[in-house]
Amino acid sequence: MVDQKYLLNSKQMASFVSAGYLRFDAVVPDTINQAAMREFAAGVRGAPYGTPLGDVYPEESAVGRLLALPEVQGIIQSLVGPHPLFDHHAIHVRQANEAAAQHLHGDAVIDVRTHFDIQLMYFPHAIPLEMGGTLLVPGTHFRRINESDIGRYQNMRGQIPMVCEAGTLLALHHGIWHCGRQNTTGRVRYMFKIRLNPTVRQLRLWNTDDLADPEVERILSKRYPWSEDASARLDIMNRSKLWRFLTGAPAYDTDYWLTRVENTPDQQVEEVTA
Amino acid sequence: MGNQRQKVLVLYLSNSALDSNVLAWSIYDGTGKEAHTTGDSDVPPYASGLDALKAGWRVIQFPQLIPPYPGDEHSTSFYKHEFIFEQLEASDG
Repeated sequence: MVDQKYLLNSKQMASFVSAGYLRFDAVVPDTINQAAMREFAAGVRGAPYGTPLGDVYPEESAVGRLLALPEVQGIIQSLVGPHPLFDHHAIHVRQANEAAAQHLHGDAVIDVRTHFDIQLMYFPHAIPLEMGGTLLVPGTHFRRINESDIGRYQNMRGQIPMVCEAGTLLALHHGIWHCGRQNTTGRVRYMFKIRLNPTVRQLRLWNTDDLADPEVERILSKRYPWSEDASARLDIMNRSKLWRFLTGAPAYDTDYWLTRVENTPDQQVEEVTA
Repeated sequence: MGNQRQKVLVLYLSNSALDSNVLAWSIYDGTGKEAHTTGDSDVPPYASGLDALKAGWRVIQFPQLIPPYPGDEHSTSFYKHEFIFEQLEASDG
């Protein structure tokens, strides 16, 4: 079990539900970052889809040590629970002076589950703006699109290029829109990505001590600058549905959006006035 | 088009009105003078679709308003308000 102090709190979980990702700056120590750079250059052995995560990486390997960090254990436990499955991993490389970015995309295929996979993105070296890094569009994870069908969207208000210190981690909802930005430096850029599948119901897996904090609803009601006036409201409704699923609170709502359209009374007038 | 080349500007607006705000944008330059790629700008080229018209772009697509599929009214997907503009530029090629 992970010590409770390493679990995410409710505000962080609300941020994940709202933005579709969480960011942990310089959470991985430099000894692991240095080892990772050496190992990534040589390649990292994976495992078949669906292998228990604990069986994939040798304990002494850089990725094995990274996954054993209590902070990382806490992130994984909070989002997908204990004993997740290894889906796949990839070492993403952007070559020096690679002028064209990837097209914007969502990974895998269109995936409309309420249950979700996470992807951990690990940046083993510092990334200045000229080097990229990965471009994220916060709040896009509820949008039902299939992989690179969104490739024509070059720029969106509120997009975030990952500029970070060495040892930074992102935890992404499987649906978030992203791409590898151009690398205009003379150095190769590395990013390691691993996808994890839950094996348990994702229900209050984090530290819920602050579940009633009013900040939670404020986070869940956030609007993103890229979003249309009307569909932004639908995204908030979809966040409320995911929050209901994660907390087990079937009546939860943000700003009354769901409750209003769910109100279909059957009670007769006589019953109300009796 | 003779020796002209087309520049294409795609603006995604906040609602179906041409004078609403730009939320996302893409540029494809058939003259080859500019090369745009994903994530190369954080500032939209125009504040609204109308501003693009005022700058000399010709609008060549107005998005249709299509009602949601029954049962799918609360799901979200692509941008709905995609306006496409063009400019033609002389080319010696």
